[in-house]
Amino acid sequence: MSIAVTTQIICFSVLSLVVIIGALGVILLENIVYSAFLLGGVFMSVAGLYLLLNASFVAAAQVLVYVGAVNVLIIFAIMLVNKKEDLKAIENIKSRRIISTSICLTLLSLLIRVDLSNIWGLAEPNASIGEESTVRIGEHLFSDYLLPFEVASVLLLMAMIGAIVLARRDVMNEDISTGLPVDQELIEKPNEPLLIKKN
Amino acid sequence: MNSGLDLEYSFNEILKGFGLSNELAHIIWLPLPMLVVLVSAVVGVLVTVWLERKISAAAQQRIGPEYAGALGVLQPIADGLKLLVKEDIIPAKADSILFTAGPILVLVPVILSWLIVPFGQNLLISNVGIGIFLWIALSSIQPIGLLMSGYASNNKYSLLGGLRAAAQSISYEIPLALSVLAIVLMTNSLSTIDIVNQQSGAGILSWNIWRQPVGFIIFWICALAECERLPFDLPEAEEELVAGYQTEYAGMKFALFYLGSYINLILSALLVSILYLGGWGFPIPVEIIARVLNLPIDAPVIQVFTASIGIIMTVLKAYLLVFVAILLRWTTPRVRIDQLLDLGWKFLLPISLANLLVTAGLKLAFPQFFGG
Repeated sequence: MSIAVTTQIICFSVLSLVVIIGALGVILLENIVYSAFLLGGVFMSVAGLYLLLNASFVAAAQVLVYVGAVNVLIIFAIMLVNKKEDLKAIENIKSRRIISTSICLTLLSLLIRVDLSNIWGLAEPNASIGEESTVRIGEHLFSDYLLPFEVASVLLLMAMIGAIVLARRDVMNEDISTGLPVDQELIEKPNEPLLIKKN
Repeated sequence: MNSGLDLEYSFNEILKGFGLSNELAHIIWLPLPMLVVLVSAVVGVLVTVWLERKISAAAQQRIGPEYAGALGVLQPIADGLKLLVKEDIIPAKADSILFTAGPILVLVPVILSWLIVPFGQNLLISNVGIGIFLWIALSSIQPIGLLMSGYASNNKYSLLGGLRAAAQSISYEIPLALSVLAIVLMTNSLSTIDIVNQQSGAGILSWNIWRQPVGFIIFWICALAECERLPFDLPEAEEELVAGYQTEYAGMKFALFYLGSYINLILSALLVSILYLGGWGFPIPVEIIARVLNLPIDAPVIQVFTASIGIIMTVLKAYLLVFVAILLRWTTPRVRIDQLLDLGWKFLLPISLANLLVTAGLKLAFPQFFGG
């Protein structure tokens, strides 16, 4: 076995261990802040797996989008609203857990089925494109995947408009069709501290 | 385009002369450029710290460090030694794991980004195809480290500092990436080597700063904001937040933040010089000098000359920019957080989008000047 192959195997096993343990930590840890940071670690290791597959552009995009944007925003949101409060015990937790476990197992079996039935090899042998992949991704995005690409951008636009409506409730508190005031006031007015109870 | 010195090739040839296999020679070679770059980054920080002290002193009509070595050149080493032997304090109510991991997460991406900084045609650690995009991706990890240390310190000033740092770096990353995108559009490549080569046609006249003046200013403002330098040092604004996310840090952990911010400053200056000021290019193309001296371009003398001129030019340009950054720090007042976010989202973002659009249009109209 050559040195390059050995390095690759070691990297792969370390990365997959980190992904699995980190993902378990994300859902099992009690402290939500730890979960959020571990999620970042999982995203990073997935980027490492992409690097092992010679997909450096996808790896960098993974880091930029998932770690740099999604995870930072998740942590940001947690830190802005992180109130220490005792959560109430949920009723019939056992049956809920059984249902969610079975759903997860179904998904897992589906994924395993896909993994086994799909032919993962490239159409042409030795067709590793490596650094060329950036160009290929661009070509695909603007030809056969143009519609999904555009639909995704519309989805993002919708999310953004929704966020603006939620954030500016103090401005848009009128029902558009009837013109009547709608009870959409903020709990906390911009210049009013939260601790003063409203009447 | 593979002219110039190739140290890796000649090094491997020497080792193979000793009877080592190709693979083993490669493994012995691998850590060397990384070590060289790490050492040069740290030395660069020492020089910058000294410059910062001296220039700030000059700006305030003081003398500055004077007794540690000639003109106080040993002052940064004394600073470093002091931080090294200081007690490492973790506050009792702090979260010790995250408290320790925070500074590491801030420093590592910055050092990793040196991977793509070229000092000459073959003088960089790795000519990865995604080049400049790697830097943008890596620099987006930093806010996580800042948030982590801000949260783990269990201190309201730290938390506010960390949140401000994250908000600032998220907002300024977008115009930064868009101005880089305009350069990439002109180069047809993400690789830093290609970006410099594309500017090397006619010496100083072909530098990107003439073709991308708006992009240059946007990039410089955003780079300063990403480095948290005044006028954008809100995350550690002394008068409001004590020292922001680093309030609770002492000793070596504080030194990691300190090192990280200065390495980031030098890195930003290097990238500005690579993207807009022709990288390792001399204002007069080396080809013309070789023709005047009547030597072929691949003569050994010319090759060594080109390589050393390349390193000198890159470092010189970067330090000129560092000088500007230091002057800015000691002459401009700090902006408020709302002004900072307004500038980022309402001014720089639209301008950089327009810049990208105009660049694309010019590329279609004048392909010979804007890289068809």
